[in-house]
Amino acid sequence: MAIEANGKTYETDEEGYLSNLNDWEPEVATAMAAAEDCELTQEHWDIINFLREYYEEYQIAPAVRVLTKAVGKRLGKEKGNSKYLYELFPYGPGKQACKYAGLPKPTGCV
Amino acid sequence: MAKKFMYINRKAPYGTIYALESLEVVLIGAAFDQDVSLAFIGDGVYQLTKGQNTKGIGQKSFSPVYMALGDYDVNKIYVEKESLEERGLTLDDLQHLVWEDEDEDYAEKDSIRLVSRSELSDVLDDQDVVLSF
Amino acid sequence: MTMLHTVNKSPFESKAFDTCLGLAKSGSTILLIEDGVYAATTGNSVADKIKNTSDINFCVLGADAQARGIEAKLAEGIKVVDYEGFVDLVAEHDTVQAWL
Repeated sequence: MAIEANGKTYETDEEGYLSNLNDWEPEVATAMAAAEDCELTQEHWDIINFLREYYEEYQIAPAVRVLTKAVGKRLGKEKGNSKYLYELFPYGPGKQACKYAGLPKPTGCV
Repeated sequence: MAKKFMYINRKAPYGTIYALESLEVVLIGAAFDQDVSLAFIGDGVYQLTKGQNTKGIGQKSFSPVYMALGDYDVNKIYVEKESLEERGLTLDDLQHLVWEDEDEDYAEKDSIRLVSRSELSDVLDDQDVVLSF
Repeated sequence: MTMLHTVNKSPFESKAFDTCLGLAKSGSTILLIEDGVYAATTGNSVADKIKNTSDINFCVLGADAQARGIEAKLAEGIKVVDYEGFVDLVAEHDTVQAWL
């Protein structure tokens, strides 16, 4: 599979995750979101950027529980709950947000 | 009720797949809200050494993943003193693993507990489930 | 006849290093690779064996030592080689024995 963004073609796996992490550009996230009828707001970007930073540091995509806790710490307690994250990413914050961020599916996420 | 799970790590990293497989199981298992501890004995203590750079061997380094364990509420990491000494290592040669205590305004606390073989034996005796890698 | 020996197991896990050391002739080379590199670190219970063996050349594969974060702990007199150096060693010796 592949996704078009920025006039380029990016290879993805059968579930739509980017094959090569280093290919990622913000436009890839926008295109992936558009394909799922989702328009990215600043709130979405806060999560996407957080995920990319987390991966850069620890080399893993965080589990939802870890993401929730970390978002609460970084972006404020009112955002550190699964309701907030599921409103932003209705297909699941782990699955959907990690995909937009160009990361592999979180370990333990089915 | 949460059960006490202990993962025992006995192998050096990269030469075999055990260390990485153990980490994966620990991370997946962490989703089940159990009382998890890790023990590093024998060559397993080499998994925690600082400054691992795998560029030359063309493998992904999983060394940074140990730093994330605190986020997964895995904050009881037992390192056997005798195993370190046999290998000429001290705690200073290992990564400084910490966890943040949410109840104390995210205060950083040490995850590594240096224990003697007999102390570890007591900890082991106290577990409900032991998995060895 | 000169022989190049390679050892890829940790000396704490396997007897491969001890067996190799026992059979290696004077003037031969022992190249430590993969988990074998741990034998070349100082301050451990194996270190004396290398220190007391002056008639054998000890080498480690640098990439394997770096991957394991032990480069700074390598004992004195151990030569660090890269992959090209590994190939050179194979070419320089008459035979290669891999202690798996």
